[in-house]
Amino acid sequence: MSLAIRAEGLVKHYGETKALDGVDLEVPEGKVVGVLGPNGAGKTTAVRVLATLLRPDAGHATVHGHDVVKNPRAVRSLIGLTGQYASVDEDLSGTENLVLLARLLDHSRTGARAKAAELLEQFELTDAAGRAAKTYSGGMRRRLDLAASLVGNPSVLYLDEPTTGLDPHARNEVWAVVRKLVANGVTVLLTTQYLEEADQLADTITVFDHGRVVAEGRPDELKRRVGGQTLQVRPTSLRDLDAVHRILGDLTGVRPTRDDDTGLLTAPVNDPVLLSTLVRKLDEAGITADELALRLPSLDEVFLALTGKQTEGSLA
Amino acid sequence: MSTIALDRGTRHGLTLAWRGILKIRKNPEQLADVTIAPIVFLVMFTYLFGGALAGNTDAYLQMLVPGIMVMNILQASMTAGVQLNTDVSKGVFDRFRSMPIARSAPLIGAVLADVVRYVVCIVVLLIVATIMGFRVQTGPVELLVAAGLAIGFGLCFCWASVFVGMLLKTPQAVQGVMFVLIMPLTFGSNVFVGTSTMPGWLKAWADISPVSLLSDALRGLLNGGAIAGPLTGSLIWMAAAVAVFFPLATWAYRKRV
Repeated sequence: MSLAIRAEGLVKHYGETKALDGVDLEVPEGKVVGVLGPNGAGKTTAVRVLATLLRPDAGHATVHGHDVVKNPRAVRSLIGLTGQYASVDEDLSGTENLVLLARLLDHSRTGARAKAAELLEQFELTDAAGRAAKTYSGGMRRRLDLAASLVGNPSVLYLDEPTTGLDPHARNEVWAVVRKLVANGVTVLLTTQYLEEADQLADTITVFDHGRVVAEGRPDELKRRVGGQTLQVRPTSLRDLDAVHRILGDLTGVRPTRDDDTGLLTAPVNDPVLLSTLVRKLDEAGITADELALRLPSLDEVFLALTGKQTEGSLA
Repeated sequence: MSTIALDRGTRHGLTLAWRGILKIRKNPEQLADVTIAPIVFLVMFTYLFGGALAGNTDAYLQMLVPGIMVMNILQASMTAGVQLNTDVSKGVFDRFRSMPIARSAPLIGAVLADVVRYVVCIVVLLIVATIMGFRVQTGPVELLVAAGLAIGFGLCFCWASVFVGMLLKTPQAVQGVMFVLIMPLTFGSNVFVGTSTMPGWLKAWADISPVSLLSDALRGLLNGGAIAGPLTGSLIWMAAAVAVFFPLATWAYRKRV
């Protein structure tokens, strides 16, 4: 499998702060690698180094074999970058933004117009093509930003927190676009704070914390590495909650977590066989359940276990 | 730098200048900063103080317009730094830099777009001045030379604004610092009043300040009178500004982007 991006031992300091503290990263061609981490973990710094915007203090990186420091121009002709903050010109219209970039990439005047129209169409922005980007909604702006990063037909795309600050609907739109690009063979390096986003889009996930890679693997591998499964039950009737709570407690030997509002009971288990035992016991007691499942830990829980970072309200 | 690289740099610079001009067209209020303020000064000083300072407003107007033109250009020349800083802080620069274009292109583009701003400023000022009664006493050639000199002055001093723009964090800070630098430079000169009544230390500076010398050169060109002395002084100042601020600006630019 050939690698689109290879980084070895990247180090970047900002004064006392080590933004990158020896990062290795490999992105196979045509795959999506998600870089997951909290704010300040070094995700954006890594992208900036790989996009030739920042020189690493140590280590080296190549994009399709071209060194990001020694041969930035070759790298730049291969990559597209969508920044954390939509980096389109807000005063210019969608068309003008894309024409400008196409002209900078040496398209002819008519070629640039055609390219702009094609991308606007592809990103469903044709109706807003003539409007200033500052009048766009968050989702539209992010789509325009994505379109802007595709003017040069990049084979490697960096998406630095592409959905931060977007509502769920706009986020789904961006995800759909990313999936389409991947289907067309584009390699994607995605940074995100959203575990669900990495789970949804990435083939493999690299977890960053304090400028270091703390874990790496497929989403399900990562979940397994943290271990432990969760059994969850929601009785049809809230009146059965106490009974189910008792049954589940007896079965697992721990006190189940209980949500009186939703009627959901959860308990950690190590033996998957307990699921069928629970079904039998509920049946014997004449209790029906709306929801009964054995699930792997969520990425939130994985992240917590790997980085030791407590998110708010997760102390229970 | 090879010829091809230079060509690409210039071409990309021109494309980015086109962007700057588009932005001026979309936000004409951007120009208000650099056109309306000088016009307010022009009107206020002419009618309030003109009679007292020069005997009558017409005579004062002839002296004031060339000076206001210098003030105008100086203010307009700070836009380059503010604009570049805005692009950097909004992330527009990251996009440009992640593309295979000449590194100098955004800088060239910003400075070229400034020229358009200078021209608009001069034209607006001359129209208002003419309505108020200002008349060019010489000829069209002298007028063009004067305008060209003023634009050249702006192009030389804009590197100071690029330097400050690349050094400071936010566009507001750039604007603030440039304002603090430009205001005393403008008022500590012969733009509004002759220097003869100023205290010795101020007169000493005002007589050799770039703003005074260029104002005198423009007065010579537009009203007739001595040109050689102030023109030489202006050109020396312009060369000095480029010699000092161009390397500083490109150094700060390379460091920042």
